[in-house]
Amino acid sequence: MKFSIQINEGPYQHQASDTAYQFTKAALAAGHEIFRVFFYHDGVNNATRLAVPPQDDRNIGKLWQELGKENNLDMVVCIAAAQRRGMMDADEAKRQGLDTDNIAAAFRISGLGQLIEAGINSDRLVVFGA
Amino acid sequence: MALLHTVNKSPFESSSFDTCLGYAKDGSTILFIEDGVYAATTGHSVADKIKNASGVSFAVLGPDLQARGLESKLADGIKVVDYDGFVNLVAEHDSVQSWL
Repeated sequence: MKFSIQINEGPYQHQASDTAYQFTKAALAAGHEIFRVFFYHDGVNNATRLAVPPQDDRNIGKLWQELGKENNLDMVVCIAAAQRRGMMDADEAKRQGLDTDNIAAAFRISGLGQLIEAGINSDRLVVFGA
Repeated sequence: MALLHTVNKSPFESSSFDTCLGYAKDGSTILFIEDGVYAATTGHSVADKIKNASGVSFAVLGPDLQARGLESKLADGIKVVDYDGFVNLVAEHDSVQSWL
């Protein structure tokens, strides 16, 4: 079955990103297809490449990056939500005249249309949030 | 249409479970996750609401129940599932409504 995942909450805020990660992993293990993972609202903060949590804690952003790379996941960050929160990929940082970028390579920036498309093309859309 | 409802807030913190229960139709399932698992325990008024609800099935995410040390307080009639079970519930129902 084709699933898409929407995440509305940032890492370490409460539990939504952890739950979404475990769900996505279990869905892949069960042979389901993940059409897209869409990071919306504060969920865009999961895409930072600069997080350095304590060594004995999980690195949520890195877990997503690894899961994304291993399974070739389409992990999309909402552009409007990202720009409001200072989340930039290299192209966007350059366009805005900023001195650095912070979105990890496993993610791509795009618009809300990608969420709508995920809802249309997937059998199930599962939302995780605050 | 059979819906899977997920509730992730404690019923002592938010009214989302009450709202969800009000909308849940026969044949649907309510899955408690994250702090929502507090609803799946005994010894409070929410337990009676679950006991008296007919036509709706209840499930709870086991890892979240364990993380809060609540396994021994689990109320009767609530199915414990792991993440694989969560995935199966999503696949078995026609659609998912997350009560955030």
